Amino acid sequence: MRQEPPILEVKHLYKLFAPHDFRGDRKMAYKLLELGATRKDVLETTGITAAVSDVSFEVKRGELFVLIGLSGSGKSTLVRCLNMLHRPSRGEVLMDGEDITQYSEAQLRELRRTKVSMVFQHGGLLSHRDVLGNVAYGLEIRQVPKEERQARALEILRMVGLEGYEHEALGSLSGGMKQRVGIARALANDPEILLMDEAFSALDPLVKNDLQFELLRIREQTGKTIVFITHDINEAFKLGDRVGILRDGRMVQVDTPERMLEQPADEYVRRFIHNVNASKVLSVRNVMTVPGCIVKQSDGAHVALTNMRTSGVSSAYVVGEAMHLRGIITLEGALGVREGRLTFEEAIIKDVPLVDNPDLPIADIVPLAAKAAFPIAVVDEDHVFRGIVTKASVLSSFVA
Amino acid sequence: MGQWLTSFPGIRLHIAEPIDHFVRYINITYGAFFVSSKKLLGAFISAVNALLDLIPWWLAILAVAAISVRCLKSRRKALLYGGMLFMVGLFGYWEMMCETLSIVITAVLFSLLIGLPIGIALAAVKGADTFLRPLLDAMQTMPTFVYMIPAVMLLGPGKVPAVLATVVYAVVPVIRLTSHGISQVDEEVVEASRAFGASRWQTLVKVQIPQAKPTILTGINQTMMMAVAMVVTSAMIGANGLGMEVLIAINRMESGRGITAGLSIVIIAILLDRLTQGLVQAGKEDPQ
Repeated sequence: MRQEPPILEVKHLYKLFAPHDFRGDRKMAYKLLELGATRKDVLETTGITAAVSDVSFEVKRGELFVLIGLSGSGKSTLVRCLNMLHRPSRGEVLMDGEDITQYSEAQLRELRRTKVSMVFQHGGLLSHRDVLGNVAYGLEIRQVPKEERQARALEILRMVGLEGYEHEALGSLSGGMKQRVGIARALANDPEILLMDEAFSALDPLVKNDLQFELLRIREQTGKTIVFITHDINEAFKLGDRVGILRDGRMVQVDTPERMLEQPADEYVRRFIHNVNASKVLSVRNVMTVPGCIVKQSDGAHVALTNMRTSGVSSAYVVGEAMHLRGIITLEGALGVREGRLTFEEAIIKDVPLVDNPDLPIADIVPLAAKAAFPIAVVDEDHVFRGIVTKASVLSSFVA
Repeated sequence: MGQWLTSFPGIRLHIAEPIDHFVRYINITYGAFFVSSKKLLGAFISAVNALLDLIPWWLAILAVAAISVRCLKSRRKALLYGGMLFMVGLFGYWEMMCETLSIVITAVLFSLLIGLPIGIALAAVKGADTFLRPLLDAMQTMPTFVYMIPAVMLLGPGKVPAVLATVVYAVVPVIRLTSHGISQVDEEVVEASRAFGASRWQTLVKVQIPQAKPTILTGINQTMMMAVAMVVTSAMIGANGLGMEVLIAINRMESGRGITAGLSIVIIAILLDRLTQGLVQAGKEDPQ
């Protein structure tokens, strides 16, 4: 296992976009890039855009390798060089030791049908087909018989948690579910390598969390090698066994997240890691849920007990006029009232963990969540009860 | 001296005459070809006409009503459209309507046969658009009578040159919208298809054409409407039918006759438009 050769090896890869094909300019561009010229310099002197320049890295079998960079850093171009959607201008892409840049069109089709699949940022799904038709697409291209490909597609749909949705039209699915369809479509081919181009970037934070978890699970289950593209450093560190940072088409550093945090290669990497962490935007509103059990103050202990029993919980939120939060009543408290030991008013616990601004960043309520005995109640500025945040949802929303 | 400043100088480009010669030359040299193709196309039109005549009037009206109910989901429209078709019969134009329809249907069929592949090729070949766009523009803006002259010269008067001129005029939208629809397909979707190892042909058939279907169908609908619009014009070169009625009415100053024949053409246009749109919509609601 230790000495196994890498499944994917990229050696000195370049991808130039030239407005015209003039060999002299290309030569000059390579020369400049080899001398370490920036992309801007090359563009100004030769008119050529160096999307990817001199990138080398390798990916081990079963590894989850993350390529990260800001928009325009060349990460999408680079990933498209890995299945030859873009033909590299120079350099080698070795898969199991074979240089796929030398492949013919027919060989490439075979490669894409069996060995490398891709998940796209916006899905790239076929809106004229249902979920099953989309998942079976790759197999259809390989001319797998209909029965067989549908059976296989159903199996994969089960794996990504879309069982029962096989005949839904795509338009009726949420963004997260569409992306699951995209992943299922890619997995249906049983590829060795899965390329994911900003697959979760367009999703909202909670759905993103779900899918990240899902991806890690699928990876555990299938052992696929994954190359994952993102611009989100949190996502990169959460998912990646190793992470490669791209800047202006060049690879700045390839390392494990831990090593990268400990020893950033340069100031750029340091800032990259730091900045993105600080701008985390998930707020309380994003993780807030509906409370399981509510009793009106005017209802009293009997109603509270019945509600708790039917909801299967051991405490209930007590609200007054216009959904103003009064406190929590526990099972013991309610029983005490029924036995006449307490009045209803006395039984209400007023000291409830509380957040009075739904737009507060989650990071700010972590200390509160850590020591709270009950879920945190969320009220707005008028003290109207809006929802609750459980300890688990606060912690699980935290990345890496 | 100096005259050329105030009025156009005496230089002239004489191309009208060479064009005449050219058409005459083709007519003589390939006469046999035109005669046999006229026979073939003429037979096709007659066959369509015969087919239409086979359908009893009440069945046609029932069919229109049934399509309205099923696809447009409206009994009121079923009654309206069925009634409109009944009106054509009341005007005494049922046979003529079939004659006109046979020309329109033939022209539309040939337009699609020519237009769909050209439209697809246009989207596939980069740069083809730059050459073909001005040609398509010219075909559409050229006064339609101009097509009539060579058509008549080569094929003689009748329904065949009418179909030919109609095709030249009506083929444009289906080419345009087919090509537009295919090149408008989401880049990422086409890329995804390639990423799964699809060949160009597979991508075209399984992704691009189905994705472009609504736009292509709009093109077909427009082609149909333009073919109907040519009905009166093509009567000028001897195509019988409702168009001829209008023409006769003009010559004899018979307003009533002109209006009833004209109304019948309008009814045909409305029915073709609404019913095909209804069929398209019904197809969209339950994909496969």
